[in-house]
Amino acid sequence: MIFDFIEIFFTAGFWAATIRIACPLIFATLGEVICERSGVLNLGIEGIMSLGAMVGWTAVYLGADLYSGILLAAIMGALFGFLHAIFTVYLGASQHVTGIGITMLASSIGFFSFRLILPSSTTPPKIIPFEKLDIPYLSEIPFLGEALFQHTPFTYIAFASVIIIFWLLNSTPFGLSIKMAGENPMALEAQGIDVLLVRTLSVILGSSLMAVGGAYLTMSAFDAFYFGMINGRGWIAIALVIFAAWKPERALLGALLFAGLDAYQVRAQQLAGAFIPYQFFLMLPFILSIAAMIVASKRTRYPRALLIPFRRGERH
Amino acid sequence: MQPILKVESISKFFGNLIANSDISFSVNKGEILAILGENGAGKTTLMNILFGHYMPDKGNIYFKNKPLTFGNTGNSISLGIGMVHQHFTLADNLTVLENIIIGHKSLFSLDLSKKASIEKLNSLIDKFNLPINPNAMVSDLSVSEKQRLEILKTLYKDCELLILDEPTAALTPQETEALYKTINNMVKQGLSVILISHKLHEVLSISDRIIVLRNGKIAGEQLTKSADYKSIASLIVGKEIQYPKKTKSLPLNKILKLENIFYETDLDLDVKIENLNLELSGGEIIGIAGVAGNGQQNFAKILSGHVKPTNGKLFFDNKEINTFSAKSFMELGIAYIPEDRNKDGLVGDMSIWENAIMTETSNREIVNNFGFIKSKKSKEKSSKICQLNDVRYQSIDQPSRLLSGGNVQKLLIGKWLNRKPKLIIACQPTRGLDEGAIAAVHKMLLEARKNGNGIIIIGEDLDELITLSDKICVMYNGKLSNPLTSSNIEKLKIGMMMSGEGF
Repeated sequence: MIFDFIEIFFTAGFWAATIRIACPLIFATLGEVICERSGVLNLGIEGIMSLGAMVGWTAVYLGADLYSGILLAAIMGALFGFLHAIFTVYLGASQHVTGIGITMLASSIGFFSFRLILPSSTTPPKIIPFEKLDIPYLSEIPFLGEALFQHTPFTYIAFASVIIIFWLLNSTPFGLSIKMAGENPMALEAQGIDVLLVRTLSVILGSSLMAVGGAYLTMSAFDAFYFGMINGRGWIAIALVIFAAWKPERALLGALLFAGLDAYQVRAQQLAGAFIPYQFFLMLPFILSIAAMIVASKRTRYPRALLIPFRRGERH
Repeated sequence: MQPILKVESISKFFGNLIANSDISFSVNKGEILAILGENGAGKTTLMNILFGHYMPDKGNIYFKNKPLTFGNTGNSISLGIGMVHQHFTLADNLTVLENIIIGHKSLFSLDLSKKASIEKLNSLIDKFNLPINPNAMVSDLSVSEKQRLEILKTLYKDCELLILDEPTAALTPQETEALYKTINNMVKQGLSVILISHKLHEVLSISDRIIVLRNGKIAGEQLTKSADYKSIASLIVGKEIQYPKKTKSLPLNKILKLENIFYETDLDLDVKIENLNLELSGGEIIGIAGVAGNGQQNFAKILSGHVKPTNGKLFFDNKEINTFSAKSFMELGIAYIPEDRNKDGLVGDMSIWENAIMTETSNREIVNNFGFIKSKKSKEKSSKICQLNDVRYQSIDQPSRLLSGGNVQKLLIGKWLNRKPKLIIACQPTRGLDEGAIAAVHKMLLEARKNGNGIIIIGEDLDELITLSDKICVMYNGKLSNPLTSSNIEKLKIGMMMSGEGF
């Protein structure tokens, strides 16, 4: 019996599922990392993901190709990021309150326009989502091939974006500016850079990543859009940012860890059958994530200027 | 000589406050111009206008004969103006090099070109003799290294006019000396420097010319050669500073007695307090000298009732005290003036009158039978406290964080004196204050001593302790020396004891 539970780890299917489940979290966590690194908490994440899921799916349903769907979702995310930035960066409003407001607004607009476009469907219609793209040669490696190299292009984009964001934050002038804006915005201004611009661009970029994360759900993981499909993934991403200590490479690790627990609990549920109530397995990823967060976040260092609005010309 | 900078009738208002009014001056090439003034005289505001943090409401500035566009730091930097702010403008989470190269290339270029930058930086490090490791994290740097980095930042951007805002505020005397060498070196290489300071003797030793600001206006200008300490000091304050005189001490009855006090916590950073013994009478000032971090903080916390010693006895008015709480100590008649007056002394966002009566909430004069505060009575009382202690403010309703450091301290001490305490614990009472405010605080403390209060002053400034105290004890590594009485107070000897001699 106990061996069955261990054996799960030796199935390629488990690892492949882990990677699939991790993707939306990767996008969302990277997006939040960028926002928070610049000093802006973005609690609009849950709603922006919802909207991204809806926009991406609807675009394809109405005839756009899949990549245009992703692009449209990103643009919609950027728009709501800009809205968040107007309030939090330029007007210096409470980032918590604005973020919750953005979440409510974005998800309501998402559901409402979905109903407007498809007024009468009871069972959600489907699109043809991204199909698997086997990477030549690599996908033929036994076990590893099935686990890692037989995924949709959207999945590969998720992993590539980790590398791109890592490069952006560590090796470009804009990345350094983001990190400085979240640490000591006065330092950035003293170097002649517009803090408000850097923060606004960061929130826009981060929010479009969140929307793309939502779109992954309707365009790669599933093939339909339905209400409540984000199901708290945005809030998980907020927690993963802390676990990740605001670093993109650790965001990947955190997303994979959470996704692995989730993939495991589904399989363990089936094995345990009547022995253990399935609710136990449902809560497993959350409990273990909390434990991991406590351990990991003890030493982490917040971006010093997180949540603090920057006002030009004010006495500091 | 051709002036590199010309400032013409600059004015700046913050609401009703006139920060700068019709200020004109010029800076010559290769000159060190010192701008002196009390806190709140408008020095930093003026420099922030120059550097592009603020927009002026009136006036023009010409740099190298070209008019300066206001309100854009990037523009000032590219013209060749550099500024080292009083509070460092560095990001702790980045390296030295990263802090320097930000803003040097377009925000959206894809390449940092670190290699070329390191070369340029290293040549500057050699040229100006400012050693620093380009790859060190800023969070690991010492204060003087951070300052070096700030200067390198401006040099890296080919700055021709360097503004230094209170550069020595956080430096030790040796570090200050080194900084001055650097400044002289830079001036030799053709830079011009504006030095903002309120430390008069430093300015006299380094600058070429002095401009004094008072209440936002230029109060006077002198060549340093022909300036002397006293005349400049009175220019700064606007009148001759009356340094209070110490009267002869007449110790009264014992107020405080500490017997074998021990205190330790499980925090690694905390210094253990070991075997403290001290006696204090009314009308007496004891100064506790020592380098910061030798247990002074915990000592002050014990004296003010914030923590209970792990061992030992404390007698107040000949009664042993067993309850250690801030409130009970306050009710005994102990006043505590904390080291960080803005953080622990006042609540910055609350109004002046609220702060003034914060400790009086059981006083029937200002609280009615239902426990509500009578705001009219409170404001009257607060205004009286402020008037009595020369606290200057615009409105009694303004948040207290808008007060200058000197006024904060006067309000804080005045508030305590109003309670007629018997014992005053004052930690670093004049740190960061200007001459006028220092004199005022000294006067208040000496006045309290004349009225029979016992006073303990914990401080780092030896000169101050020697002027004020009747006895001085030295604190080192949690231990307290025997008191030195005024006949054998010697600066040199105390200095040696502060570094551990005799412990």
